[in-house]
Amino acid sequence: MSTVAQVFKETARRMTHDLRHRSWIQNALGKYYVGRDEKKARFQNWQEARQAAAEIKWDAVNHLDKYLEQFVSKIEARGTKVFWASTGQQACDYIVGVAKKHRVRSIVKSKAMTGEEIHLAQALEKSGVEVVETDLGEYIVQLREEAPYHIVFPAMHLTRHEISDLFNKKLGSAPTDSPEELTMIARRTLRKKYCAADMGISGANFAIAETGMISLTTNEGNGRLSTSLPRIHVALIGIEKVLPTLDDLALFLPMLATAGAAQAVSCYNTFIAGPRQEREPDGPDEFHVVLLDNGRTRLLADAEQRDTLHCIRCGGCLNVCPIYKNIGGHSYATTYMGPIGSVLTPHMRGLTEWKHLSFASSLCGACTEACPVKIDLHHHLLQNRRNAIRCKSPWWEKLIFQGFVTLMNHPLLYRLGVKLGWFGQKFHGLVKGTKLDPVYAWTQSRELPPLARNSFKDYWRRKQS
Amino acid sequence: MSEREQILGRIREALRVAAPKPGLLSGPGQRVPPHEKRPTDFRPWLPVVGDSFEERAALFAKNSAELKTDFQLVANRDELQTKLLALAHAEGWKKIATHAGELTNYAFAALGLPVVQTGGRYKLDELESSDAGITECDALVAQTGSVVVTTRSAGGRALSVLPPHHVVLARRDQLLRDLPAAFTALKQRYGSSYPSMMCLITGPSRTGDIERILVLGAHGPKKLTIFCM
Ligand code: SF4
Repeated sequence: MSTVAQVFKETARRMTHDLRHRSWIQNALGKYYVGRDEKKARFQNWQEARQAAAEIKWDAVNHLDKYLEQFVSKIEARGTKVFWASTGQQACDYIVGVAKKHRVRSIVKSKAMTGEEIHLAQALEKSGVEVVETDLGEYIVQLREEAPYHIVFPAMHLTRHEISDLFNKKLGSAPTDSPEELTMIARRTLRKKYCAADMGISGANFAIAETGMISLTTNEGNGRLSTSLPRIHVALIGIEKVLPTLDDLALFLPMLATAGAAQAVSCYNTFIAGPRQEREPDGPDEFHVVLLDNGRTRLLADAEQRDTLHCIRCGGCLNVCPIYKNIGGHSYATTYMGPIGSVLTPHMRGLTEWKHLSFASSLCGACTEACPVKIDLHHHLLQNRRNAIRCKSPWWEKLIFQGFVTLMNHPLLYRLGVKLGWFGQKFHGLVKGTKLDPVYAWTQSRELPPLARNSFKDYWRRKQS
Repeated sequence: MSEREQILGRIREALRVAAPKPGLLSGPGQRVPPHEKRPTDFRPWLPVVGDSFEERAALFAKNSAELKTDFQLVANRDELQTKLLALAHAEGWKKIATHAGELTNYAFAALGLPVVQTGGRYKLDELESSDAGITECDALVAQTGSVVVTTRSAGGRALSVLPPHHVVLARRDQLLRDLPAAFTALKQRYGSSYPSMMCLITGPSRTGDIERILVLGAHGPKKLTIFCM
């Protein structure tokens, strides 16, 4: 067993037993479910809307070359500098280079999962630049020096008291238990950072091919400030983010907000079409768009799972996943967590090393049902299981299945097995719950249902006669 | 070969195998027959909006209440002036920021307060220390309770997001039905040359990052007031 899998199992086990964590997450998500269902009900037809969104994304992803070229030629025509990056390293190097060239000392960053994916902040900090996360949740986890807990709500796992202690320690603010005051402390601190920053970094939720714009969704306004005040703006965008037309946003913006944050539409949806244009009073002098592949073309080549590139990172599948809700976001130890993370990570970081994530699922299908762009998530988990076994199947597993086949093909053997099992379970108590227990994996947290004295087959035969 | 050519090459190579069309999932409510053509009209599925001005205004008001936007219909300029003065007084405005425009010019004349104009280059700390940013807009969207602003209609990028109170002055004919109408309007107005920033503002800045409890004024304005004449 590889080490990431061991660590995963260990943390997952610990978190599942953490009742405080569980009630906390249930509580936070409870409000989300109510709001989401209410917003969904406002749609005249949510299922049709999902189908349409899936079809539009299908069109975009399956003509990716055409739309990307259209997007790039449009946005370049407005004075934007576009950089194509095959790997995360290339993207980091480029952005560090831009920062160096312009003698950038401080950077404000609005939330970008692509940035997390390629460890952009670390790369910039190593080159001696200060990088401040401006999304409140991201800022909090940055101060705590930990990874985001959720792709939409990064600090969902923390209580106001923990945040108050953190601010007290790191910012020297007076302790308070009011979320409002805590937000204002962050607001004041970050205001200064915005005004002083030389560079703003953002991601993008969509890249519009028709008009050459990026669409950026935030609630706090950090996306707008980070792209308005500093003299340079860099947007780091996965190549799969394209949408064919501007009108498509009329469908995607409300769907993203509904599925992601139980809102009718998010507070700020900003469309940026270039650096400051002539006769405009403000905005960055330079705008760089970095288009990131980093494994996406590999995923594209897998026709069966190509639809994972439709993902709009709403986080909806995380919120409904029974596994996520029990083990929490940090157990995954990945950039993208929850169902979509479990599907993507083996593709991005290695099928066999990360295959444990494909098994971290009850295959209930809640994720697939929640996904606004209809990604077939739970079947992809199954496909990843199959693929992982195909490329390297452990000998003991083969042995078990061979044994199983023999047993099932020989009625006599099977019946003998059942009888032996019934006899054997009498002695189970001696080893139950210890490492000697052959079914320890089950009994450590559950009761094993007893084998009946008479099998169903016996019962049926008697009933017939 | 450039990185661009390499990435595009990989994409074309990958796309040689066709992917299954969406919509074929099983499960409750999952199976919706695929549309014959790629959908372009989303109205039949999006939230309903009435046709008349009254219906639109009522929906906008309802959405505003939910979003904690202060939305007020005003009959004429005199009423606008009274309301603006009352607002300035209640909040103790000492300095406002605005841009040149028919309605904004009128408003700042009516207020008679020191003003920061963002028409040309301005000083950032001057704008930051203003008590309110007063702007015009491109449209109001009844369906979502949103305001559409652009660098051209609303005095640049920062004016509508930096000061703690954003006041929008709109005309009645700017109140559009829904998001599709808003995008059509943007296309008609700017299609040949878009402003570098356009934004759909829906309520005052907000966050739920601490215990999922709603707090207004995370980074942007704590208050959003819309006067519709
Ligand atoms: S897979 Fe679907 S539900 Fe999950 S984050 Fe992506 S778009 Fe949202």
